Amino acid sequence: MNPFNLAAINFAWLPILPLITVGIGAIVVLLAGVRLDDEESEGLGWLSLAALAVAFVLTLGIVGQTGVAFAGALAVDSFSAFFELVILIAAAFTILMSLDYAGENHLAGAEYYSLVLFSALGMMLMASAGDLIVIFLGLETMSIAVYVLAGLRRRDPRSNEAAIKYFLLGAFSTGFLLYGIALIYGATGTIKFEAIRAALTQPMMSNPMLLLGLAMLLVGFAFKVAAVPFHMWTPDVYEGAPTPITGFMAVGVKLGAFAGFVRIFLVNFGPVSMHWSQALWVLAVLTMTAGNVIAVVQTNIKRMLAYSAIAHAGYILVGMTAAGPEAGSAVLYYLLAYAFTNLGAFAIVVALERRGSVGDLIADYRGLSSRSPALAGAMALFLLSLTGIPPLAGFMGKFYIFAAALHQGYTGLVVIAVLNSVVAAYYYISVIVAMYMEEGGIDTGRLARKPALVAAIGLAAIATVLIGIYPAPYMSAAANAFNSASGEQAMRAASLNP
Amino acid sequence: MGGGIGLNHFLLLSLIIFSLGMVCVLTRRNAIGILMGVELILNSANINYLAFAHYGGAKYDGQVFAIFVIMLAAAEAVIGLAVVLAIYQNFKTIDVDATETLSG
Amino acid sequence: MPAGLFWFLAALSILAALGVVLQRNPVHCLLALVLTLLAIAVLFIGQDAIVVGFLQAIVYAGAVMVLFLFVIWLLNLPVESGPTGHLALKLFGTLAVAALLAELAVFLVPSRLQLKFSSAHAAGYGSIDALSQTLFSEYLIAFEVTSVLLLVAVIGAVALARRTTQAELQERKEASARVEKAA
Repeated sequence: MNPFNLAAINFAWLPILPLITVGIGAIVVLLAGVRLDDEESEGLGWLSLAALAVAFVLTLGIVGQTGVAFAGALAVDSFSAFFELVILIAAAFTILMSLDYAGENHLAGAEYYSLVLFSALGMMLMASAGDLIVIFLGLETMSIAVYVLAGLRRRDPRSNEAAIKYFLLGAFSTGFLLYGIALIYGATGTIKFEAIRAALTQPMMSNPMLLLGLAMLLVGFAFKVAAVPFHMWTPDVYEGAPTPITGFMAVGVKLGAFAGFVRIFLVNFGPVSMHWSQALWVLAVLTMTAGNVIAVVQTNIKRMLAYSAIAHAGYILVGMTAAGPEAGSAVLYYLLAYAFTNLGAFAIVVALERRGSVGDLIADYRGLSSRSPALAGAMALFLLSLTGIPPLAGFMGKFYIFAAALHQGYTGLVVIAVLNSVVAAYYYISVIVAMYMEEGGIDTGRLARKPALVAAIGLAAIATVLIGIYPAPYMSAAANAFNSASGEQAMRAASLNP
Repeated sequence: MGGGIGLNHFLLLSLIIFSLGMVCVLTRRNAIGILMGVELILNSANINYLAFAHYGGAKYDGQVFAIFVIMLAAAEAVIGLAVVLAIYQNFKTIDVDATETLSG
Repeated sequence: MPAGLFWFLAALSILAALGVVLQRNPVHCLLALVLTLLAIAVLFIGQDAIVVGFLQAIVYAGAVMVLFLFVIWLLNLPVESGPTGHLALKLFGTLAVAALLAELAVFLVPSRLQLKFSSAHAAGYGSIDALSQTLFSEYLIAFEVTSVLLLVAVIGAVALARRTTQAELQERKEASARVEKAA
């Protein structure tokens, strides 16, 4: 093969244009910020938003496609389009939250915004990966950027500690991931998903090497999505990182990691789900239960949201345990609903926070309804959605996941998940009680001067309600996305087991 | 080729190095020591990649993957050492037990 | 590769890796790690992965390890007093390592590996020519992503290690005041 024969590797602009846009945007932001002071970085934020908007429009072109490009390195399908769009939205919300925050906290603007864009690029790569190399490189691009972002408040010991903990455990989990990929490569003889799917139809499914490889891959991903017992880093890192970045980690990093997780396990290793679904069952139960129970005793809102994020990863794992098209679509819908709700909640934490982490205690939210009724109302909305109160987005997400798990016969798992939701209601609603029925707390400051932050909160609130009361289009988009990635393989499985 | 050296020997070597790397990560006090353990783990994965490439039909996937892993190790080392420097400036130590300001 | 050479290099890399784990002086640890990397590099070359072997020796054992050494000397790291105190972590580690070693049994039964592995190769396998043909065609995207990844690492390192600004000094004072107040 001539190395420069681009047609031979089916070179295509369509799947890489959004990636290139985000990458170039990041470099332009970096260069534009060279001579700016850290306090004047707002313009760089708007520049980043523009890059994300262009990438969003370009990504829409991928919707409805099915195929691979670059010799199978990139998958061009609605699955990647779905995740890329949600990831771009999450990055845009993060930047909206940061416009005032970055200046107030003297964060290095050029590096800050370009690293957010680069990590979004890594997440998008994970979403559109067609082989294990691209998944791995995307994961690392995302992670390395986020390690730095977590430690960007360099003179705050808590931020330092967040960076080192996240980095060391992240590097450790990378080792597991790599070792797992190596064993899968050994067992199947390839790292391309198409060829892996073909290899899995051979009578080799109980190959111990493949199973060990899957187990190690599972551990690697469990670290990244913060599943118990691989979650120890989460609360400290979420508390120490700059708050908009905490939101980005809770939503963006989860989206990217779950995009790879779902693509590998549900889509490509779906035919051998009997080998991994039991491990996921255990992981889901541990993650939900530990996340919710420990969240109850938290006094810091960022730590509480960290444990809540762990618990939500548990609900998503319930969907993954169920496997199959229905559960796959439910997982995608859940991630969409979770993204908007959680981004909204973190935007409010940013709004209440004063410089130097003052204002991130739950006690600071006391009496918020009298000082700032709109903010309290929005926070209540997001917390109710996280609890799973109808008709909000969080409820529909849980509903679809639990229904899918029930249809697959996982009754016990659903019972545990519902009991967990009851425990979760306690700590979410106690924040609402503090906001509406108690006195004290801290002054919210002049929020009117932060239009970008207000816009982020408003948009997240609208989306949380809209996705909840009118779920059909989003659910069908999720179903289309999942089926476009696994359709061919589902048909093959059907023909094998009539 | 000969002397009965086969794939299993390389897998065994890789597993031993992986285990040693894990012990290193879990017992070290300072961040740089932990990072060295991670390097051992990355190398054990690389041994696997090359053994599978060599014994699995002479493909290049494994070799390419190994090159990317070496590159990743460089990137991770750069970031890790930068974080360590930033921490040292604040704490005057890089003992991970001494940097416990967060708890719960 | 001659069997004798394999056994020698394997023993050397395991002994050196043990040194990484057991040595208390960080510089000794690092030298043991370099030895491990070099032994593994020769193993790579013995498996016809000439490019990877040389990259391992030049980039990994050469450049990356020198960076480590530089930081160790810059920080003037002391000799470690003993292993870390987290009992739970040790327990978890021991269990995990024990589980891994149990997996050895699985590997050591060749009949259970249902794959056919052969070491018969076409002439020229492992040459720079053939490897780079693959790298720049089939793995073009991965290669380009690599450059992004390295760029991110450079930006990140600069962002974390650049000169302290006045505002940051102020912030550090506030942070330490808060910590004192809390204590």
